[in-house]
Amino acid sequence: MKKSIYILFFILSAIFAFQSFPVNAENRFPKPEFEQGHIQPETITPSPRLLLLEYLDVAVLITALSLISYFILKKRSRKLVFWTSVFSVLYFGFYREGCVCSIGAIQNVTLALFKDDYHIPLTAFLFFIIPLIYTLLFGRTFCAGICPLGALQDIVGLKPMPIEAWLEKVLGIFPFIYLGLAVLFAATGTDFVICRYDPFVGFFRLDASFTMFMIGGLFLIAGVFIARPYCRFLCPYGALLNIISRFSFKHMTITPETCINCRLCENACPYGAINMPVQLKEKEKTETVVRRYILLSIMVPIFIFTGGFLASNFSSGFAHVNPKVKLAKELKNNTNYGMGEKEALEITAFRSSGQSMDELNLEVAKIEKEFYLGSWILGGFTGLVFGLMLISLTVFKYHPDYSPNKATCHSCARCMEFCPVKPGVL
Amino acid sequence: MSAEEKNIKLTRRDFVRKGIQFSILGGIGVMAGGLLPKLVGQEYVWQIDTKKCTHCGRCATSCIKTPSAVKCFHAFDMCGYCDLCGGYFRQGVKNLNTGAENQLCPTAAITRQFIEEPFFEYHIQKDLCIGCAKCVKGCEAFGNGSLQLQVDQSICDNCNECSIARDCPSNAISRVPSGKSYLMQGINWKNET
Repeated sequence: MKKSIYILFFILSAIFAFQSFPVNAENRFPKPEFEQGHIQPETITPSPRLLLLEYLDVAVLITALSLISYFILKKRSRKLVFWTSVFSVLYFGFYREGCVCSIGAIQNVTLALFKDDYHIPLTAFLFFIIPLIYTLLFGRTFCAGICPLGALQDIVGLKPMPIEAWLEKVLGIFPFIYLGLAVLFAATGTDFVICRYDPFVGFFRLDASFTMFMIGGLFLIAGVFIARPYCRFLCPYGALLNIISRFSFKHMTITPETCINCRLCENACPYGAINMPVQLKEKEKTETVVRRYILLSIMVPIFIFTGGFLASNFSSGFAHVNPKVKLAKELKNNTNYGMGEKEALEITAFRSSGQSMDELNLEVAKIEKEFYLGSWILGGFTGLVFGLMLISLTVFKYHPDYSPNKATCHSCARCMEFCPVKPGVL
Repeated sequence: MSAEEKNIKLTRRDFVRKGIQFSILGGIGVMAGGLLPKLVGQEYVWQIDTKKCTHCGRCATSCIKTPSAVKCFHAFDMCGYCDLCGGYFRQGVKNLNTGAENQLCPTAAITRQFIEEPFFEYHIQKDLCIGCAKCVKGCEAFGNGSLQLQVDQSICDNCNECSIARDCPSNAISRVPSGKSYLMQGINWKNET
């Protein structure tokens, strides 16, 4: 009796031993039993990059930011800033291949805020937040030479030409629009547009597609004459830093002591970020001020509403970028992704996934709703930025001497070299 | 009087400035606090669910890396060690030898090694493999499905958003906790030490 239990146990355990082999694998040909003692090799599964190295990147970021802030604010040395830029291009650019970067991390944070099932990597979060804190403390020292994209353009900018002030103002709105678009696409889980259309990452990885290579090349060639075109007129992270830097605790100054109004630094800034001294103007009539105030307070809401209305008209266009929405549309119109006779891969995969058309439509309707609301917010935000830009043009700011414009100054330290005042002289 | 007025005005401006500064700091703090539950814990990596994979071949071209970080992995545990291997030979091949005209792999990344009658072992050369999934398709169609596409973690940059995942028609690529890949068949996933 006992023996039979042992036998039964043996058989059962043998069955379970074989059961550990995946059940759903198509086992057409049984695993061979080798007679000459061949030992089956194990499949090698390489492990990812060490987590420690990821944290090393964060440590490098903090060290580099502290150093460059020290170089700019205390040492006041353009040369040291330049060499930090070179280091950043080499380390964050070519060694880390432009990934992880603070600009792209905007999307990670957005996605983590809006989608519950997404876990944001700690490094991406730290790369997003640390430059923000440093900017609040010391101004845009991150832009000066830590961001590999900015550093690359800064090195290239050899013959910068001044841009008309009105053009600079108008182009300065684009970073905010780009930021809004990137947040919209990331929040709906559609795409990470900043990474996809990063003009320089292809250079860092040495494998850009032809289009991206051309765009990146154009930016670099334009960057020789127009200093940092991407940073000033597109970079969405720059838009964030632009706002925060206005309220920074400390910020670099052109002169170490008091400005003597010698005008030597007037043309020093390649970014047009030096506030020229302005005379105190005569007091305006109260009537004009009040009228302007009323006009602006009516105009800004109108801008917000118009922007929202215009953008909401494009919401279906935005939504079409989402692969699911696109799939539903292709299925509905029976257009087969323009593939003609052969069934498109997406449609084949959808049919084999077992998801019903109704389920897909439900999901798509939800995404389209998100896009409709998001487009209103995006448009309203753009309208608000436009309105605030107009207000900033009308507000009179008194500057007795030459000082950096805290919002647009990239803290590159070029202007300091032009200042004849040396510390401790006056 | 006027000096005093000026003084008051300045302090008010400073007060507003300080207020904004600390509200920015507070905002960053609140965001960090809100995301804290999502920050602690596992690191995540991109993985292919081999059950969902349709071997469409987009992995070879969509990856930001050239050649792609997606490689063919061979689960020896599932392999039948066939002489006529659906993953190694082209369809309708006449001679079962290692001639280039007989091989399915466009880069000749699979080596065929004789073990004993009638068994052959197949090895993937990682540096040649481009992740085109031709062998995977062949093995799935005619064999046990032991050849599978997977993201090679030592090559993958762990991008923000996997550009293959976006192009994948069957949503087979997703983030999984690192060191815990349940997505492949026939392999006990363990990190190389």
